[in-house]
Amino acid sequence: MSTERRGHAAGSPFARSVWLVLRKDLTVEVRSGEIAYTTLFFAASCVLIFAFALVKEGRAPEGGAAGILWIAILFAATLALGRGFERERQSETLRALLLAPVPRPAIYVGKLLGIVALLVAIEAVLLPLVAFLFTARLFAHPFWLAGIVLTCTVGLASVGTLFAAMLVRARSRDMLLPVLLYPIVVPVIIAGVQGTAALLQPTVEIALVRFWLLLLVTFDVVFVVLALWTFEAVMSD
Amino acid sequence: MSQPPHQPASALDFSVVAVDEVSRSFGRRRALSRVSLRASQGEILGVLGPNGAGKSTLIAILATLLRPTTGQVRYGDAAASEGAGLRARIGVLGHDLFLYPELTARENLEFFAGLHAVGDPVAAADAALSRAGLGARADDPVSSFSRGMRQRVALERALIHGPRLVLLDEPFTGLDDASASALVARLRQLRDAGAIVVVATHDLELAEQLLDHTLFLRDGRPAASMPRPDRLRAVYQDVMRQRPDEAQP
Repeated sequence: MSTERRGHAAGSPFARSVWLVLRKDLTVEVRSGEIAYTTLFFAASCVLIFAFALVKEGRAPEGGAAGILWIAILFAATLALGRGFERERQSETLRALLLAPVPRPAIYVGKLLGIVALLVAIEAVLLPLVAFLFTARLFAHPFWLAGIVLTCTVGLASVGTLFAAMLVRARSRDMLLPVLLYPIVVPVIIAGVQGTAALLQPTVEIALVRFWLLLLVTFDVVFVVLALWTFEAVMSD
Repeated sequence: MSQPPHQPASALDFSVVAVDEVSRSFGRRRALSRVSLRASQGEILGVLGPNGAGKSTLIAILATLLRPTTGQVRYGDAAASEGAGLRARIGVLGHDLFLYPELTARENLEFFAGLHAVGDPVAAADAALSRAGLGARADDPVSSFSRGMRQRVALERALIHGPRLVLLDEPFTGLDDASASALVARLRQLRDAGAIVVVATHDLELAEQLLDHTLFLRDGRPAASMPRPDRLRAVYQDVMRQRPDEAQP
C-alpha cells in the first residue's frame, strides 16, 4: 500500500470495499510471501512427483497432464484458502472487517479476488512446468486454455472462500475444509480436467472445449450468486 | 460528539444504548443471563467482573457481533439489525487488537479509515498516529511494535471514524503507567465530547478514576449496578463475595 496514495478509491461503497480488502490481502501477501511460497512449493512438488512416477522415456500417459495439473491446483487452492483465513483469525481481524459499515458480500468478493489472483499466479508457474515435464501442448490454444483455467479457478475459489470463512472459528477447520469443499467442486474439477484434456488432443474439437467452458461459466455464476446470497447469514454470530 | 463530517450519510445516530434482559448461550453454556443496562451520551460505563463473568460476551453483543439468545439491545430508536448504518457509529477495541501485523501502523489505520468511508483516510491516519505518539514509527510494521504500542494503534483504529458508542475490552492490558494515564485522559475526552463509552476491565484502580457508572457481572449474571462507586476495590470484593441469591439486579 503506497503511502503516497491520497484519498480513497472512488466508486460505489461496494466496489470501494472490495478494492480495499483485495489491496490489503495482496499487500500482506507480497510482504510476507507466506501463502504464495508454501502453496507454490507444494503444487510444484506434487507435479514433479507425478512426473517422476508416470513419465517413462519422455512419454507421459494420455490425459495425465490435465489430471495432474488440476490435482496440483486443487491441493494448492485448499492450502491457500485455509491459510488465507487463518491470517484473519490470528489477530481477529475478521471481526474488525465484520464490524465495518460495508456490505458484507463486499468482504467476500475482496477475499475471493485475492485468492483467485494468488491461484492465477501459481498457475502461471504450474502450466509451463506441466507442459514441459509431460511434453503436453498446453499452449497450442492459449485463449481457450486461459478461459478454462480462469473459470475453473473462480469456481474452486468461490465455494472455497465461503467455506473457509464459515470454518474460520471451527477447531478442526483444516480437516473440515477439504471434506466440505471437494464434493461440491467435483463438477468444476471434472469440467476443468475434461476441458484441458480436450485441448491436448492432436485434433482439438473446439465445440467440445466450448461446451466445458460454458459449463464452467454456469458453475461460476451459480456458486458466486449463492455465496453472495449466503455470506451475510453465515458470518452472523 | 456531534456527527463527524466524515460519517457516511447513512450512519445512524443515537444518544443512549439500552440493554434489556439480554441472555446469551453457547450451546448448553449460558454466558450471559438477563443483563440489563443503560448507557447515555457523555457517560463512561464500566463492566467489572472476574474472568468468565461474561464481560467480553456483553461487549460483543453491544458491538452487534453476537446476537442475544433472548432480550434486546436498542441504540436510541434503532435495533442491532440496522446493520451497516449502525456499525458506522460503533468503535470496538477488543481483547485481540484487530490489526494486521504485516502492515505498517499507517497502512492499518488507512485501511480501516477507508472501510469506514472516512473522507480523507490519509489525513485521518496521520492525525491518529500523532494522537498515539507514533508518528516516528508510522511506517514500521505493527509486528515490530511492543504490546503497548500496538494497543495505542488499536485504540486509534477503533476511534478513527468518530464513533458514538466506544466499546473497550480490557483496554489497559500491556500499557505502562504513562500510557494507561494517557488512555484514561483520552477516554475522558471522548466522554466530554459526547461519546457513550463502555469499558470492560479488571483494572480496578484505573476504573475508579474513570467510571461514571459500574455494572458488576458474576457468572454471566448482573451482581450489582451503581453510580460512581468510591473505594471500588472494597465494593468489588463485597459484591463478588455475595451469594447469587443476594445479588442486586
